[in-house]
Amino acid sequence: MRELIKGIRLALVMWVLTAVIYPLLLLICGQVAFPFQANGSLLTNRQGALVGSALIGQNFAGNSYFWSRPSAINYSQDENAKTGVSGASNLAASNPQLRQRIAAEIQRLQQANIKPTADLVYASGSGLDPHISPTAARHQIERVAKARGLDTNQVEIMVVKNTDGRFLGIFGEPGVNVLKLNLALDNL
Amino acid sequence: MIAELWQIGLTLGILVAIVPVFGKYMADVFLGQKTFLDPVVEPLEGLIYQLGGIRIRKSMTAGEYIRAVLFSNLVMGVFVYFIIISQGNLPLNPTKLPAPSWDLALHTAISFVTNTDQQHYSGETTLSYASQMLGLGFLMFTSAATGIAVAIAFIRGLTGKPLGNFWVDFTQSITRILLPISIVGAIVLLILGVPETLAGPVQVTTLEGGGQFIARGPVAHFEIIKQLGENGGGFFGINSAHPYENPNAASNLIETLLMLCIPAALIYTYGVFAGNTKQAWLLFGMVFIIYIGLILLTAIAEYQGNPLVNSLLEGQQPNLEGKEVRFGWAQTALWAVSTTGTMCGAVNGMHDSLMPVGIFATLFNMFVQIIWGGQGTGTAYLFVNVILAIFVTGLLVGRTPEFLGRKIEKQEIVLASVVMLVHPIAILIPSAITLAFPAQLAGISNPGFHGLSQVIYEYASAAANNGSGLEGLGDNTLWWNLSSSFSLLVGRYVPIVALLLLAEGMLHKQTASASTGTLRTDTVLFTGVTAGVILILGALTFFPVLALGPIAEGFQIAKGG
Repeated sequence: MRELIKGIRLALVMWVLTAVIYPLLLLICGQVAFPFQANGSLLTNRQGALVGSALIGQNFAGNSYFWSRPSAINYSQDENAKTGVSGASNLAASNPQLRQRIAAEIQRLQQANIKPTADLVYASGSGLDPHISPTAARHQIERVAKARGLDTNQVEIMVVKNTDGRFLGIFGEPGVNVLKLNLALDNL
Repeated sequence: MIAELWQIGLTLGILVAIVPVFGKYMADVFLGQKTFLDPVVEPLEGLIYQLGGIRIRKSMTAGEYIRAVLFSNLVMGVFVYFIIISQGNLPLNPTKLPAPSWDLALHTAISFVTNTDQQHYSGETTLSYASQMLGLGFLMFTSAATGIAVAIAFIRGLTGKPLGNFWVDFTQSITRILLPISIVGAIVLLILGVPETLAGPVQVTTLEGGGQFIARGPVAHFEIIKQLGENGGGFFGINSAHPYENPNAASNLIETLLMLCIPAALIYTYGVFAGNTKQAWLLFGMVFIIYIGLILLTAIAEYQGNPLVNSLLEGQQPNLEGKEVRFGWAQTALWAVSTTGTMCGAVNGMHDSLMPVGIFATLFNMFVQIIWGGQGTGTAYLFVNVILAIFVTGLLVGRTPEFLGRKIEKQEIVLASVVMLVHPIAILIPSAITLAFPAQLAGISNPGFHGLSQVIYEYASAAANNGSGLEGLGDNTLWWNLSSSFSLLVGRYVPIVALLLLAEGMLHKQTASASTGTLRTDTVLFTGVTAGVILILGALTFFPVLALGPIAEGFQIAKGG
């Protein structure tokens, strides 16, 4: 019984330390010192309206925009996603549905004259992937430039500018941030 | 491909560099040596002991230690269950989420108190900030500290020292290891882009004029202890694949190293306790080699991609289903093997969509439980395997089996066998029941052999206290919540009790001085035998399910679906 009371008391002390004081410290640190990151790296357009987050991808269907990867949750853009959602297809490599979905995706890309690359046919893990591979972006430059009446060189420069490289040139994979790129094109 | 293998190699290189420094630090903490944090931490600990009523800090017997572990865990689990079940009436609930079902709340509380963090829910749509921050975030510290404390008591017993005091070990694990690293690491993650806010989700108008809902929350402080404590329960449903949990390659590197550092360094900590760092490095090397082998197998399979899809694409492309562009196949493969090896259970890509080789590697990790292993418990299991290897070699060469000069006798072998046998019991029996009723109970989402893997994986993950899953599985049902709770509890507490009794038994033995007849355990030969014992015991016990699950799926894909 004495041990049980000890357990309760120590648990309460630890609860105050790790579940109240510690998060509070981080909340203050975030909101005071790094408010941009702490609130979700939100992006605004020229008019100052919120258009999304630098870290969260969006769905694009028009020809004047670069397209993102397939998402199992439509980038949390459905009406019933009020809390914000994330999710993947969770289709196994052997599942025939995966092959069917990818065949349809390849057809859609080919109709838009985009060469299908792995990142553009496979759905992302989070359903919110902000990036496409530099190759996938390159294959879309001509289509976007034509739709916007821009020079392909100019669009290519924008692609390079919005590419996140490897960390220290070593870790991870380079990716083109689709929302930032499309926003920059809109702001031209 | 070279660039990708290079980044895996470099990450592992950093890990090897961290191990002796961090392992020595942990040894200093638990041997009562001076450490650089003393001036800050000692007054804090004084206050904690005073408020917690921990006046007597003498060493405990195994019985006392076990009671302290069980009571404290029970108290904390019940406490958090009530936080979750009453979240509808608590503040910090911007999306006005109602309380989840009792069985989901129960499964969640058990899952987090056992350091497993298996999740049958999605954070965004199910749990309020109060449940996550005040409930789960708390258990992430305490369950990790419980694991470390048990490992240290076990190491003390093996090396002939009194077991120590659970309350002190538990407190010091938090104040001197988990909390300081978490504070620094959380600030770094925050700078890299992980949010930390109490504001609710934000609604934006996309460039094409649609509406998008972006979930946010107090993530940074949660994320860091999720990795460091090998908890693995994501703030968001999709875990570390979510850009807010793991925004870039820098955060990914930190999170990968954090989940590996404690279990890898604890092997070195043992070396310091035993005064035999050579043996520690040999055991470390043995685990490291198996670990690298599994990473290479998984990574190459992901790089070669899915032949069924490659036939639709022009040529071979990596399998990126369920993966993020910023991590690619290499960082996802490294993470998948690390997270199932260390029992962290966080994911940065979906295991359900891994190639069968990846499913094989992740299942294998959870079957053997020592490719680093769980927070604290993994290191202890490693030595249970060493004891069994000593027993086997002792039988082979006809010498009395001894470890560190102490005889291995009946009680040790019985307790070691309990640790080894609980695992298949907690996995295979519930799996068999579930698979007997595929339509009513199983909730399998992928057809064929993969469906079997989904069920086995879920129980293996629960029993090994891992927490990752083949997440297509429809697991938020009464059956799944209760049956996996059984595996969680049995997989956690039965081995802990056995480990502590084993440690006490070893402690009270007479030590015999080493002679020419002594079987040396710090040799390459003996370490090789240990590896053999681990692979044979682990692989043979579970070979039938591996053959029917991932291996069969691999053949199925190879022959063209």
